[in-house]
Amino acid sequence: MMLSKTLLLVIVLAPLFGAVVAGLFGRQVGRAGAAAVTIAGVALSCALSFYVLYQLAWGGAGTFNQNLYTWFEVGAFSANVGFMVDRLTAMMMVVVTFVSLMVHVYTIGYMRDDDGFQRFFSYIALFTFSMLMLVMSNNFLQLFFGWEAVGLVSYLLIGFWFKRPSAIFANLKAFLVNRVGDFGFLLGIAGVVFWYGSLDYAQVFQNTLGDAAGARTVEIFAGHPWSIATIVCICLFIGAMGKSAQVPLHVWLPDSMEGPTPISALIHAATMVTAGIFMVARMSPLFELSETALSFVLVIGATTALFTGLIGIVQNDIKRVVAYSTLSQLGYMTVALGVSAYAGGVYHLMTHAFFKALLFLGAGSVIVAMHHEQDMRYMGGLRRRMPVTWITMWLGSLALAGAPGFAGFFSKDAIIEAVGLSDRLGSGYAYVCVLAGVFVTALYSFRLLYMTFHGKERFVVDAPHAHAHGHDHHDDHGHHAPGHLAHAPHESPWVITLPLVLLAIPSVLVGWPTIGPMLFEGWFGGAIRVREANDVLAELGHEFHGSLAMVVHGFTQAPFWLALGGFAVATWIWLLNPGIADKAKSAMRPIYTVLANKYWIDELYQAVFARGGVALGRGLWKGGDAGLIDGVAVNGSAALVARVSATVRWLQSGYLYHYAFAMILGLVALLGGVWWYTRAAL
Amino acid sequence: MITLAHFLTLGAALFCIAVAGIFINRKNVITLLMAIELMLLAVNTNFVAFSRWLGDPGGQVFVFFILTVAAAEAAIGLAILVVLFRNRATINVTEIDSMKG
Repeated sequence: MMLSKTLLLVIVLAPLFGAVVAGLFGRQVGRAGAAAVTIAGVALSCALSFYVLYQLAWGGAGTFNQNLYTWFEVGAFSANVGFMVDRLTAMMMVVVTFVSLMVHVYTIGYMRDDDGFQRFFSYIALFTFSMLMLVMSNNFLQLFFGWEAVGLVSYLLIGFWFKRPSAIFANLKAFLVNRVGDFGFLLGIAGVVFWYGSLDYAQVFQNTLGDAAGARTVEIFAGHPWSIATIVCICLFIGAMGKSAQVPLHVWLPDSMEGPTPISALIHAATMVTAGIFMVARMSPLFELSETALSFVLVIGATTALFTGLIGIVQNDIKRVVAYSTLSQLGYMTVALGVSAYAGGVYHLMTHAFFKALLFLGAGSVIVAMHHEQDMRYMGGLRRRMPVTWITMWLGSLALAGAPGFAGFFSKDAIIEAVGLSDRLGSGYAYVCVLAGVFVTALYSFRLLYMTFHGKERFVVDAPHAHAHGHDHHDDHGHHAPGHLAHAPHESPWVITLPLVLLAIPSVLVGWPTIGPMLFEGWFGGAIRVREANDVLAELGHEFHGSLAMVVHGFTQAPFWLALGGFAVATWIWLLNPGIADKAKSAMRPIYTVLANKYWIDELYQAVFARGGVALGRGLWKGGDAGLIDGVAVNGSAALVARVSATVRWLQSGYLYHYAFAMILGLVALLGGVWWYTRAAL
Repeated sequence: MITLAHFLTLGAALFCIAVAGIFINRKNVITLLMAIELMLLAVNTNFVAFSRWLGDPGGQVFVFFILTVAAAEAAIGLAILVVLFRNRATINVTEIDSMKG
């Protein structure tokens, strides 16, 4: 049985329809209309995605791979719009549309008082369309289209509150850093076309079969043959580093928290930033050709996993803690890709999408309750005031920290064990990083919970009669000193809590039925291709005896004890002895300074690339444009003409006898010349 | 015996006098016209001399043409001179310098 073309088109176009209606006719359809049409579109898309997944997993449907439309043709080369839907794609479609649907519902509550309500819905529906185009693509060009389209929507949404200078700075930063990655990505795609002769996935992967494909080399610098597969894969991965915020291109993601919280959950945690992971998994036949590229992936991922997590411990902004946690988890996924455990990376992508969207939406719920105060130092004790948010955040954090039985446990444990089994160059370093990362993850996760929901209330509720403008929640936070609120925080409305509950369910349960088939039983089929020698997951699969056994086994493993250690330390510092955090801070002043300044990477980029760019621009402007082009080429030639003509003008005296004399001189010279050159013949 | 060289020397001498007349003369436009006539006569002398030396009467035919043109030219030149004097009230060469940009 084949999937129907129409079905897939509806999945993609329903959100686009919603985006167009909400975006272009937002005024006509109004707030309720915009929300209804986009939610209907995404809900339809989500329902059909589940149907597609069902058909592929249980209905016996084969992989759909078909071109629907020819975009353009150049000679023998043609660019098509087409879909390739296999189980990997179907899983991504379900994750994207499900999280997107949750975020749509949540947005009704979160953006209730915002003037840009319709615009926001239009953007997130457009994002869903772009992301679906990205994951469902059957060729590199459409992948790139989706890649750039999600980047564009991300840019628009980070700068959604475009009157804030910090938001504009953040979205420009995200855009510029992503350009660096996209440049590599584009080079990689060009390399694929050049060396493998096609943009079509199936065709390219066909061309990578056989030993000869891995052995092909090219001399970019004469005398140094490089493996083609390595060049292409590293270029493609640089694209993934930009999009999935891997060190050193990670700097844009924490700043992207300037955007509204729903999009932090949807775009900057659950879906868009995982596009890089998805892309590498999709390109697994290519990446399998190059050990070097995979080692590169591994080291970058391991570095990201540990070192960005460390920054999360010292952040005070609730969203930034979750953002750094996202960076760290993306690092885990990348590590999994690096040891050829592509299924592990994608599996962690899925579980992470659920619990990280949950954490972000929970953080957003807290932020709404705190009247847009995001600093955790002014929170505390919220568990009595917002129990649903509190419980769901706990579940999400347990999943994130990898408590046995929760979704994050299965995926993260599988990754760590796969890294332990791998003998690829750099896997030793990566193993240390991911293990230490477990401790760090637990530490910042529970720190966030304790600072936000437990302990004493560190905010003050001002007397309500003092504020005539009390109904305008959104503007309130600007008029109060930090930690002073106009109203007591209370639980958010059901449109906010319902998505939290619906996301909490998979965050807790999704691991149990899925770990076996997706990781160890080849559920992805031909979508992910691993060479036998690299297949650490298959090796791991020999020891896998069901989910329950894995959970029980998990209690005896190092990651569990490390996570427990992180939990204990966090409890001790931030719950039991609230004063000790400051003491620890001053005792470890140098480390704290390094972490609080995020290793000075932002400052480095600011000094080298931003200032360097400005200096280069100024140099080209002053030296090149004003000096060389204006000064020498334009004004210089004018001055030369003036100078030459001043001399020549002296010859033109106006006296007839001068002219006649010149004529005679010319005649003499001419005749003399003729005589000189012809004298030999005479 | 008067040889071809004598005639050519005469022609060259006349031509040089004419050139000097054009260049050295700073006073009178009429002198300029006369110098030009002198130049034409120098050329005529050469034509006649070569015609005689080569035994080709074509050169002497040319002389007639040149004399005709010279006469016409002198007439036009004097007419221009009259108009010039009427406009500028001078025929002093140093004062006529309007032929420049």
